[in-house]
Amino acid sequence: MSQSLISMAYIAAAILFILSLSGLSNQETSRRGNYYGMVGMAIAILATVLNPSFTAYGILIIALVVGGLIGARAAFKVEMTQMPELVAVMHSLVGIAAVLVGYASFMDTTSTLTGSEKTIHEIEIYLGVLIGAVTFSGSVIAFGKLSGKIGGKPMLLPARHWLNLCMLIAVIILGYMFLKPESFCCCSGSGLIPLLIMTVIALIFGVHMVMAIGGADMPVVVSMLNSYSGWAAAATGFMLSNDLLIVTGALVGSSGAILSYIMCRAMNRNFISVIAGGFGGGATGGTAAVIEGDVTPVNAVETAKLLLEAKSIVIVPGYGMAVAQAQHAVNEITKLLRGKGKTVRFGIHPVAGRMPGHMNVLLAEAKVPYDIVFEMDEINEDFPKVDVSIVIGANDIVNPSAMNDPTSPIAGMPVLEVWKSHITIAMKRSMASGYAGVGNPLFVMENTRMLFGDAKETLQAVLKELNK
Amino acid sequence: MKIGIPKEIHEGEKRVAATPEAAEQIIKLGFSMAIESGAGAGANISDEAYREVGVEIVSDVKALWKNSDLIIKVRAPERHPELSIDEIEMLAEGANLISFIWPAQNAELMKKLADRKVTVLAMDSVPRISRAQKLDALSSMANIAGYRAIIEAAQHFGRFFTGQITAAGKIPPAKVLVIGAGVAGLAAIGVAKSMGAIVRAFDTRPQVKEQIESMDAEFLLLDFKEDGAGAGGYAKVMSKEFIEAEMALFARQAMEVDIIVTTALIPGKPAPELITKGMVESMKPGSVIVDLAAEQGGNCALTEKDKVVVKHGVTIIGYTNLPSRLANQSSQLYASNIRHLLTELCPAKDGVINVNLEDEVIRGATVIKEGQITWPPPAPTLSAAPKAPAAAPAEPAAVEKKQEKKGGSVIKQLLPLLIGGLAMFAVGAVAPASFMSHFTVFVLACFIGYQVIWNVTASLHTPLMSVTNAISGIIIIGAVVQISAKDNNCVVILAGIAVLAASINIVGGFLVTRRMLEMFKK
Repeated sequence: MSQSLISMAYIAAAILFILSLSGLSNQETSRRGNYYGMVGMAIAILATVLNPSFTAYGILIIALVVGGLIGARAAFKVEMTQMPELVAVMHSLVGIAAVLVGYASFMDTTSTLTGSEKTIHEIEIYLGVLIGAVTFSGSVIAFGKLSGKIGGKPMLLPARHWLNLCMLIAVIILGYMFLKPESFCCCSGSGLIPLLIMTVIALIFGVHMVMAIGGADMPVVVSMLNSYSGWAAAATGFMLSNDLLIVTGALVGSSGAILSYIMCRAMNRNFISVIAGGFGGGATGGTAAVIEGDVTPVNAVETAKLLLEAKSIVIVPGYGMAVAQAQHAVNEITKLLRGKGKTVRFGIHPVAGRMPGHMNVLLAEAKVPYDIVFEMDEINEDFPKVDVSIVIGANDIVNPSAMNDPTSPIAGMPVLEVWKSHITIAMKRSMASGYAGVGNPLFVMENTRMLFGDAKETLQAVLKELNK
Repeated sequence: MKIGIPKEIHEGEKRVAATPEAAEQIIKLGFSMAIESGAGAGANISDEAYREVGVEIVSDVKALWKNSDLIIKVRAPERHPELSIDEIEMLAEGANLISFIWPAQNAELMKKLADRKVTVLAMDSVPRISRAQKLDALSSMANIAGYRAIIEAAQHFGRFFTGQITAAGKIPPAKVLVIGAGVAGLAAIGVAKSMGAIVRAFDTRPQVKEQIESMDAEFLLLDFKEDGAGAGGYAKVMSKEFIEAEMALFARQAMEVDIIVTTALIPGKPAPELITKGMVESMKPGSVIVDLAAEQGGNCALTEKDKVVVKHGVTIIGYTNLPSRLANQSSQLYASNIRHLLTELCPAKDGVINVNLEDEVIRGATVIKEGQITWPPPAPTLSAAPKAPAAAPAEPAAVEKKQEKKGGSVIKQLLPLLIGGLAMFAVGAVAPASFMSHFTVFVLACFIGYQVIWNVTASLHTPLMSVTNAISGIIIIGAVVQISAKDNNCVVILAGIAVLAASINIVGGFLVTRRMLEMFKK
């Protein structure tokens, strides 16, 4: 394949990727968008492989087949509730790939660049490895947090901002040493040692950055790491002078950044302060309000009765539904109630769950028709007309303190105003506070009924009652 | 402690202070209860129903009063018509009494009660704070009065409330004006609305506008700025100019509406006259006025207390016993208010009341403690809305702040541009041409990403993220380019692992996205 043909193939791939992303922004075109992405990727890989200078078919095919099998297995085995973990772990793979490519490029001695071109090339290697390493370790920690292997509470080291600053300075100094290894005797003339030290620092930085971010901000973190993985690809593209990598990396990087920003806006949180961490800690000021008052518990029988009496019902799912895998029971109840002529709708908060759109995916998996699933802004003003709203394992996204308690750590975050409906049934495992560690006055409100227990089991009990 | 419930003796009073349901709960608090035979008859509750829950039935009134440590009533004590003896005199010395008292209007009664060395808790003096809502008998009675007001109006109004289009012609809906949107006013709005009428409401307190609108009624706006909120959520007396504007509004409305319900009361003052004789004359024949303020003199000039009169073709209803006209319902609510008060008074559930004056709610309700008049209590400190004077001086400060912020934001807006410009200059000055062409591509791609993503629907965030994740596996290209490096095994191994990692990502990412999207079906 000639060089021009390869370039042409790259252009085609880039266009397909853009079409893929734009297709994904709409329900109708989303499936087509995904296929565009697959075709684009296939064209890109084929064009690269057909380059006359390419020889290592054996290794390539083995790696591709093994990797492809692992990926396919993961894709088919994963539970929809574990999507966030899967996405996080995949980001870490991009990160590690970027680091490896960076090292390989550094060790590849065939390059003939000189002068400022050489310097720029080395800066690109350095940046590629840096971003890749941060993405890798950050994603691994995010995976740990999302899968519950690491606690959700933000880990706030004393003087953590200073620590970050020190790491940044060290990285800059090491970068200088990497560029001019001959002027530092400790490097024994090679840039490898500074590069290795920097990699270790970048890994620590990634761990530290994600550890400091609280569980409630996890959706933003996942999307941010997505963005980083894109920048890592773009940096690799500069390093290898490959326009396709640059274009694609920039696409992914900027789209991830925009997505993070959209989410931060939905939570009314400052992007910078989320990244800097400290949510739920002292940084945003104010302590979690201590909630006083009595809760009114109900059981499944009473819940069923309330539902049968209601005409308009809104279901607000949260992470608790995902944990309990209750989406199928929810769908059964929805079908039954709709069959009885009741209006059943879903209200989805933009950051419900542990990644953006998490709830939509779960409800879609349970085959809840998506035209009765509404976003927060679409449904919020309808709550005064709703007879019963059911909150399934959600806490912070239905917390009235966000609106009326300026000292609350989640003050100003838009929430689903379920308490305006006539009766709110809140399903929870216990009275523990939400991921943000903030007390919720909703649970002690006069028109709130608490239904304690595992969401799936209780909902099945409710379903049984409804069927009677 | 023994609780006694005498039969109400006030003329036309059908309520009873305890229902069997409430009595059962009260007995659970450790009290023993006795009730006068036939006390519940007016509210359609038989003696048998009381006996079933363990309440003793006593037919001797005097014995009931004498043997009870705590008497619970609806109306304040008065002269017994049959025994010709004052109820106060039957009250045992040192006993306790819970009922409506109206201490401000009944100074003499208060003195008499104090002379008996008793403790009196007035249901009308329960402070109107959120914690005391469940024992606020005034609200529960007002709610009933508002409901009943519309029922009475419907009784005397010769037409439908709702509009209909029938084969026999079109029926216009009735127009109802509710003046004063307190508990009673809001209840009246709700009932009139549910019967299909067009409802308008007026109140001097602007903060109730939202409540009126939440009931789907139209709030009549007065083009005049004055806040009518007084202490404790009640209205206060307004300025002369305000009242003039208000009266003009009522005069216009009187000509138009069919039914007027007035509920305007100012505590401790005679009811303001809002509907003049002239306005009544201007109303359509057959219209109805329900005056819920009849007890305090009435909001309408022509109201006659406790009577229904027809003047200038307009029926004016001046009943003061509207709750008693729904005796069963109001007994139920009153009894549960009483039960909540007893729960507050008897936290130990040992059947002994503890009149703890440290407690804000009990302090407010207690008007006489062991013969000492403790009314009025210290003024309540909580109002529904923040005090206006506090807000006024804060305003200019807020404006200044806004301006400062504006100034800051200009710098904030310019700063990134400035930094960006400098950075671009710096890069352009030193970078070689080959880098610049890549850089151009990079920047343009960033903008495309931004444009493409900006309008994505929230429900697709997860699939979008997983597809971008798959696409970021494009890094495989970098690894593939390096994998065929000759005579450098180290590079080949590193690149090989990178290809492996990236291909997991690509295949996994696309397939999981496909799986997710398959689920999104209508």
